[in-house]
Amino acid sequence: MSRYVIGRIGQAALVLWAAFTVSFVLLQALPGDAILIKFLNPELGLGPEQIADIRASYAVDSPLLVQYLHTVANFLMGNFGYSIHAGVPVGDLILANLSPTLWLSTLGFLLSLVLAITIAALSALSPFSWLRSFIQSIPALFISTPVFWLGILLIQVFSFQLKLIPIINPGPWQALILPVVTLAVPISAPLAQILMRNIDHVLTEPFVAVARAKGASHRGVLWRHVAKNAVLPTLTIGGILFGELLAGAVVTEAVFGLNGLGGLTQRSVNDQDIAVLQAIVVFSAAAFVLINLTVDLLYPVFDPRLRVRQGAVA
Amino acid sequence: MTTAINIKSASTNIVNLPVLEISKLAVGYRGSEGFQRVVHEVSLLVRPGEVVALVGESGSGKTTTAQAVIGVLAENGQLESGVVRLNGTDIAGWSQKQLDTIRGRKISLIPQDPTSSLNPVKTIGAQVAEVLQIHRQGSRAEIDARVIELLARVGLSQPELRARQYPHELSGGMRQRVLIAIAVALRPALIIADEPTSALDVTVQKRILDLIDELRREYGTAVLLVTHDLGVAADRANHIVVLKGGRIHEQGPTAEVLASPRSEYTRKLLADAPSLGKARIARTRSPRVSGSDDAIVVGNLVQDFSIGGRRDVFRAVDGVSFTVQRGTTHAIVGESGSGKTTTARSIVGFQRPTSGRIIVEGIDVTNLRGESLRRFRKTIQLVYQNPFASLDPRQTIFQIVEEPLLNFDPLPREDRARKVQAILERVGLPQPVLTRRPHALSGGQRQRVAIARALVLDPQVLVLDEAVSALDVTVQAQILALLNELQQALGLTYLFISHDLAVVRQISDTVSVLHNGRQVDGGPVEDVFQRPGSAYTRELIGAIPGQRNADRH
Repeated sequence: MSRYVIGRIGQAALVLWAAFTVSFVLLQALPGDAILIKFLNPELGLGPEQIADIRASYAVDSPLLVQYLHTVANFLMGNFGYSIHAGVPVGDLILANLSPTLWLSTLGFLLSLVLAITIAALSALSPFSWLRSFIQSIPALFISTPVFWLGILLIQVFSFQLKLIPIINPGPWQALILPVVTLAVPISAPLAQILMRNIDHVLTEPFVAVARAKGASHRGVLWRHVAKNAVLPTLTIGGILFGELLAGAVVTEAVFGLNGLGGLTQRSVNDQDIAVLQAIVVFSAAAFVLINLTVDLLYPVFDPRLRVRQGAVA
Repeated sequence: MTTAINIKSASTNIVNLPVLEISKLAVGYRGSEGFQRVVHEVSLLVRPGEVVALVGESGSGKTTTAQAVIGVLAENGQLESGVVRLNGTDIAGWSQKQLDTIRGRKISLIPQDPTSSLNPVKTIGAQVAEVLQIHRQGSRAEIDARVIELLARVGLSQPELRARQYPHELSGGMRQRVLIAIAVALRPALIIADEPTSALDVTVQKRILDLIDELRREYGTAVLLVTHDLGVAADRANHIVVLKGGRIHEQGPTAEVLASPRSEYTRKLLADAPSLGKARIARTRSPRVSGSDDAIVVGNLVQDFSIGGRRDVFRAVDGVSFTVQRGTTHAIVGESGSGKTTTARSIVGFQRPTSGRIIVEGIDVTNLRGESLRRFRKTIQLVYQNPFASLDPRQTIFQIVEEPLLNFDPLPREDRARKVQAILERVGLPQPVLTRRPHALSGGQRQRVAIARALVLDPQVLVLDEAVSALDVTVQAQILALLNELQQALGLTYLFISHDLAVVRQISDTVSVLHNGRQVDGGPVEDVFQRPGSAYTRELIGAIPGQRNADRH
């Protein structure tokens, strides 16, 4: 088991390194130059020599390989460099923007789980087939709702019409309610769809017929036999969706004016602030890798078949 | 329904009251082409302690009938009309909620496939306990004790350990014992056993059927035994009901049905069932058999597979040797895990043996590589077990049979078409199937296509890996007759891989019996059957169903 864990962690490190390297190459290949964007501004009135000095201080003209090794070494020591645009350490910048994103994505993901499970449970328990096909069509509606439109609609209804949530200076919790809902609705759709398909599939398994033959009710079978078997395959997709959320929800943050990682990413792309982008890529990759690692390690807890590494069966 | 007699008033004599009385049962399924009735006017009786066998081929409606009785039809299935009386009470119109009160307690189920009939994420103990909990049989401690008792009763060693294990940690036979424990837990009046041993090896099958018999006698439970195997029905049932196309063709006491079948269909079933020992394929040996040239020589074959670590090896085949004369059939017999398929794969050249010698038609297979190995496939061809999975569903039958020709020496298009048509005629398929796709064909027709595909390259050796195991007995008999005819006409050599000793006895000249990778017996097939050289072979032969009543007569 421990060998398995070590192997998985090794793979995770490899993925992180690959993400770092690929993003480094791609960001270097970007046309444009962050230093020129900022300091060539005529208002600053800097001469060519001064700009050359600045360029030297950022070491942007040294060979790429040297820059690469230098950046790797710095990242390994937890030094993510300085934002060219804001002039502050990248680490501080990310930390400042992390908290809203963390709250938004965690709560959004939890709400999407609740929504998905509710939809799937209603569909499985509905006594009429017309009701079930109606419930099963809800995720398709959810997934095709544009996020910006949903966000604006929610603000219109709850803030302006019903005046339930103040739009100016809301409390920290009030400010999160609408964005969380906006985020959760589209995320819940694929989860609900996979859950419903799994439930339908598990219901056709012979062990369900055996459970019915024991005298178990439909509800009892769903709860005791179907639920766990149907949830297992959704773990992977759940992990991926949560990872995507952590990388920042650009549109939702923009609509609700939240200062999260999504907004920071957007600004840094505009400013070509390579150091910030590089750190964001590595952070997102790390979040992804960590979540996937957790999911992989969770599987054996839920599925006894994965607990023993079986050899070849003849 | 006009025959509804008031059983209740006549039920003073409990002994005569049937446990189950089905009368004019009709069941159908809603499909894309509307409602389709698959069970028509089925009526039968099961008396206390009796075993009634519902016998039929696939699609005969036997499983649908059984499912209708216990109310676990597929979602699109519907019990249309008829009476299902359990201990005198008509339950045909009962809701699922009402049925929940009797299922598991008065009537229970032993399912077909033990591998998928237990919840993979729950322990064995929890799954046995569930039936007791649902019907509120005592406290938690009492239930736990009863679970252990039940697991011990169905012959599981270390019942305390088994209760904590998960289904994947148990073998197929052990899982079926667990399912039997669940079925008998509350001593129901009726057990529906739906093909309870079809997925099991023959020796395990015998032990499981013996266990069901024993528990039935001990608890006085009646059994409705659904089976495709007339041999199993002959051995175990008091009463046989023969179904075909959803209708009862014949029913009566077992001895009567076997000795003097009244319907044409039953006679055909009896004639085709290899296990009843009545089927004999007229084998006239071709004169070439007397010649001494060997088509296949296998010497001391060993095949290892590495498992997990670098040094752990699993020896799948351990010192197997045999020779097959040209134009004859050699059978490799064994249960699952015996190494019979591994042996066949080594002979075809799919894997390199760890050690040993394989010579096919004078070619040393162990030294073949690359192009010469590819050329070798023209000499030897394979026919697989599952005629549903071994044909590409997107190709037409013509394309399927033509494909091997495209892989070797290019032939003009007209020559290929002529060859394909000739071989399809040879295997007894009509020309119109050429343009169809596999899904439009029956199982027997598909297996004929698979044989045609193998023969289109004019191979000298055909490896038949469980090639008739998935087929109904009447279809199986037809395919075996076809294989026999092809062998005589084309002088083919067959290597016949099978778990079914009865079929092996019918078709083969010589046989090797494999057990855990070792060859425990071998030689001319009648010698092995008459004078088995090992205890294992004796056990295998003894486990062939359909012998009990044959002895009795």
